[in-house]
Amino acid sequence: MAGYGLSWAYLLPSLAVFALFVFWPLGRSIYLSLHGSDIFGGAGRFVGLDNYAELFTEPRFLKVLGTTALFTLFSVVPAILGALALVLLLEAQIRGAKVFRTIFAMPFAFSVATASVVFSIIYNPAIGIANGLLGQLGVDRVHWLTSPDLALLSVSATTVWMNLGYNVLVLSAGVGAIPQEVTEAARLDGASGLRLAGRITVPLLSPQLFFLVVVSTIHALQSFGQIHILTKGGPDEATTTLVYSIYENAFAYGSADFGLASAQAIVLMVVVLAMTAIQFGVLERKVHYR
Amino acid sequence: MRRALLWAVLVLAAVPVLFPLYYALAGGVMGARDLTAYPPALVPTGLHLDNYAQALRSVPLGREYLNSALQSGIITLFQIVTSILAAYAFAFLPMRARAVVFGLFLSTLMVPWEAIIIPNYLAISSLGLTKGPLTYLGLVLPFLASAFGTFLLRQAFLQFPSELRDAAVVDGCGHLRFLWRILVPLARPSIAAVGVYVFLSAWNQYFWPLILVRDPQYQTLQIGVTQLNDVEAADPGLILAGVSMALLPTLFIVIFGQRFIVRGLTAGAVK
Repeated sequence: MAGYGLSWAYLLPSLAVFALFVFWPLGRSIYLSLHGSDIFGGAGRFVGLDNYAELFTEPRFLKVLGTTALFTLFSVVPAILGALALVLLLEAQIRGAKVFRTIFAMPFAFSVATASVVFSIIYNPAIGIANGLLGQLGVDRVHWLTSPDLALLSVSATTVWMNLGYNVLVLSAGVGAIPQEVTEAARLDGASGLRLAGRITVPLLSPQLFFLVVVSTIHALQSFGQIHILTKGGPDEATTTLVYSIYENAFAYGSADFGLASAQAIVLMVVVLAMTAIQFGVLERKVHYR
Repeated sequence: MRRALLWAVLVLAAVPVLFPLYYALAGGVMGARDLTAYPPALVPTGLHLDNYAQALRSVPLGREYLNSALQSGIITLFQIVTSILAAYAFAFLPMRARAVVFGLFLSTLMVPWEAIIIPNYLAISSLGLTKGPLTYLGLVLPFLASAFGTFLLRQAFLQFPSELRDAAVVDGCGHLRFLWRILVPLARPSIAAVGVYVFLSAWNQYFWPLILVRDPQYQTLQIGVTQLNDVEAADPGLILAGVSMALLPTLFIVIFGQRFIVRGLTAGAVK
């Protein structure tokens, strides 16, 4: 018979990776956030909570937090509601539903880099097709990525498009798992269209919707590539989110302020944990698990 | 009538969803004149396949393709192996403090990679893993295990009755033999789901290769595509040809591997 030791042998490879590349770095992030940075990026002298105090008294960082919240809102909500609408439409229309589902899942084939590069070409103010088509309608040249009012919306729209495919896949799988008898019975009782969707399908999809809210929020809070490629955080920091700010302080323009960046990294982690906890506390009660 | 309306709505919705994909593929064979025309050309007037050749000359996309395949392949292979081993321990082996250790695994899912990327970067570069071919090691080392894979495979393994294991023991089958010869073949669909998911996330990585790779020889494809976007800004056809090439593997997976994606993606959604 195998003793307890055997299980450790099987767990060891994973535990070693986690210890070296998750737990130790996490401790180190906290350590760095309590220190200044020397010119080589090493930990400087101990500064206590100074980095955090600097962050939260700086209007710039408060703006970063606000931008992060707006970006999360603008990218998560439309992508879930849009996917839900598409999936409900697909359910009503039998013929060709499979083809449409594959079409709606297509954005999932794009990485953050490929999607952002394509959108940067579409958004190009002079030669991009977005302005080309709008120009046909008599609309003046729109500065999608360089106008401070529009840039965050444009980056969010790109993100919504990217996430749509994933959301459609998840929700379609959820619809597929609803037992035929349930919808049949509701139809026999005279429910159809919006009523069927509102009373039967959406409540039965609530586990998938909840899953999407949690996962997309975490994902949005961690977004980086589309901002780096489309706007570099600009114009005038209008699209500088928390993760982008970490990147700027730690890695961009030879900045190497790892202390301040680490403090922001810890803020990021607290925000992610808090959002997840809140969503589990508030939303999960409304979820109907079969 | 109602049917026709639904169809119209679906088609109307499909246009913007499909457009960026269409634009990447069609624009990839368009000449600069088409792409900058006003009114804009939506259909190529000529077939500029030389866009592909020029994109490959402008940025070493071929080499980067191999780098990405190697990086994603290694990450996928290792994550599958480490996850299978850990999942087996959780599902079949006697263990002390099982709940605590399992909780420790799951807690790694709560740590955003961006919150620990700085110390990881400092450690990997101080080990010299940003120099020459060692860059490959730097690219993959932090990603060789995953709690997600372990969780999903543990769920799959738990579906098999413990009698299966007992019968194998009676036949004189050791743990490793049982695992590789019996359990792994039976759990193949779940392993494929983990594999597809891990491969896609590794292939699509952006932040880590961006800050880590210094020698262009070891750059990954995703970063290469954005470099193409920077250097060839005047010729969108080249850029879109590069994007089309980078899209091929993932497009293939989305069209033909959908069921594996769905299985992997929704593992967490069903309680």
